[in-house]
Amino acid sequence: MIKDRALPVLTVVALIIAIWYAGAALLNLQFEYDQAERIGKQVSLSEALPKTMAQERPVLPAPHQVAVEIWQTTAEKSITSKRSLVYHAWITLSATMLGFVFGTVLGIILAVGIIHSRVLDKSLMPWIITSQTIPILAIAPMIIVVLNSIGITGLVPKATISTYLSFFPVAVGMVKGLGSPDAINMDLMRTFNASRAQVFWKLRWPTAVPYLFTSMKIAIAASLVGAIVGELPTGAVAGLGARLLAGSYYGQTVQIWSALIVAAILAGSLVAIVGLVGAWLNRRMGMREA
Amino acid sequence: MSNTVISTKNLDLTFQTADSPVHALSDINLDIEKGEFVSLIGPSGCGKTTLLRVIADLEQPTGGEISVNGMTPEQARLARAYGYVFQAAALYPWRTIEQNIALPLEVMGISKAEQKKRIEQNLALVDLTGFEKKHPWQLSGGMQQRASIARALAVEPDMLLMDEPFGALDEIVRDHLNEQLNKLWHRTQKTVVFVTHSIPEAVYLSTKIVVMSPRPGKIYDIIDCDLGDERPLEIRESAKFLKIAHRVREGLKAGHAYD
Repeated sequence: MIKDRALPVLTVVALIIAIWYAGAALLNLQFEYDQAERIGKQVSLSEALPKTMAQERPVLPAPHQVAVEIWQTTAEKSITSKRSLVYHAWITLSATMLGFVFGTVLGIILAVGIIHSRVLDKSLMPWIITSQTIPILAIAPMIIVVLNSIGITGLVPKATISTYLSFFPVAVGMVKGLGSPDAINMDLMRTFNASRAQVFWKLRWPTAVPYLFTSMKIAIAASLVGAIVGELPTGAVAGLGARLLAGSYYGQTVQIWSALIVAAILAGSLVAIVGLVGAWLNRRMGMREA
Repeated sequence: MSNTVISTKNLDLTFQTADSPVHALSDINLDIEKGEFVSLIGPSGCGKTTLLRVIADLEQPTGGEISVNGMTPEQARLARAYGYVFQAAALYPWRTIEQNIALPLEVMGISKAEQKKRIEQNLALVDLTGFEKKHPWQLSGGMQQRASIARALAVEPDMLLMDEPFGALDEIVRDHLNEQLNKLWHRTQKTVVFVTHSIPEAVYLSTKIVVMSPRPGKIYDIIDCDLGDERPLEIRESAKFLKIAHRVREGLKAGHAYD
């Protein structure tokens, strides 16, 4: 199984890296020509090309430059150092997790309400959808400012933005999931004279579990985006968002790209973990492998 | 008439749909005695399933009277007077067979010890002993339907309401289950109302066959079917059986004629 998948996956990775290298050479070449012209020299393509891979502030850093930067700022730095990406990733991760837990719980509560009450369905659903049409970049600074003014600082404001983004997929997914039992299964519960609570715990909830994990995968990725966006208006103190902002202030493209790659790895890992927990639970519930 | 468990008088049901009302049941008069096995037979759209669902309080009639065990259908449902078997087994895939059978017992708040006893007893009754820990997808369609019958019986109801329970199964499995159901009925003496569109199935199982006709759904004929309590499959070759089957077929044909 793993052997079957390894080849295509590695081929795609190799292709991406090749395109990346080509892009780096192409985009950084002009800078080398400009440099040479400034000191009145002519450079050939074969002379300039190696230099495009080792610029200090390239337009697009080469993959190995990013890899070296990531290595230096993770493995070779103490994790308590402000220059350690592990430190920054941890700051972002803790806000992500807190926001994700809040968002998931909020999403489930909203879905339970909507499923059981037509009034809530009619009154809440439009607002839930509207909430997601507002650009998060516009609303994030306001959340930070408002929460700061009432004395809430640190992790919670960032987690709030994560919550804002992550409750939505969970709410929508769970409305669908909790409403998905077949009519025949609902009728069965009716013939047993089951209470609403019994129908919920014995039928609706188990039916919704696969939907929950699918939406949690989307929610955790959205949570990470929320935490990173939440770090921007705080003045780039700490976190992956802060690294991105600081990098762009000082034109440190290598730093920006390594923060981006680390964020991507983090998001990928989080989604994979949620997926594995979901698959494990599915097996434990005795469901047939899909 | 003290033995009458289900009684309907001028029962009527009209579904309000978006375009035009559908007259699903019209003037249904039917009495079912305790211990009877009554089949409702007819083409699609004749209201046989609807009638069963009215008895089970899954649909509300729009006219006439109906009593179940001397109560309204709702009271009977709340008292868990019947076990309902659906067209599909409707087993919950995340529960094992024994957990599926325990489902109504959990809902009723029956003790664990009693649950265990009833699971064992009813699995034996449908010949599924040894499959307690299996999940539904590990069982064949026929076995799943048997498990759903065990689940309906576990409630220990006075009557069984069965809505084409073997409709989705192949004929060999169906024959086998018919034979088992006949034995089960004979042994437990429960009242059974059984919806089907198979003539041999209806004649083989029933003490009374209700032939229904569509648009609007109504009773065309009620045929007594006194083939005795215990019925080997070979009975289907007997002259008496064929005569009853013929009358049912004629009834279905006539009911369809002015369609």
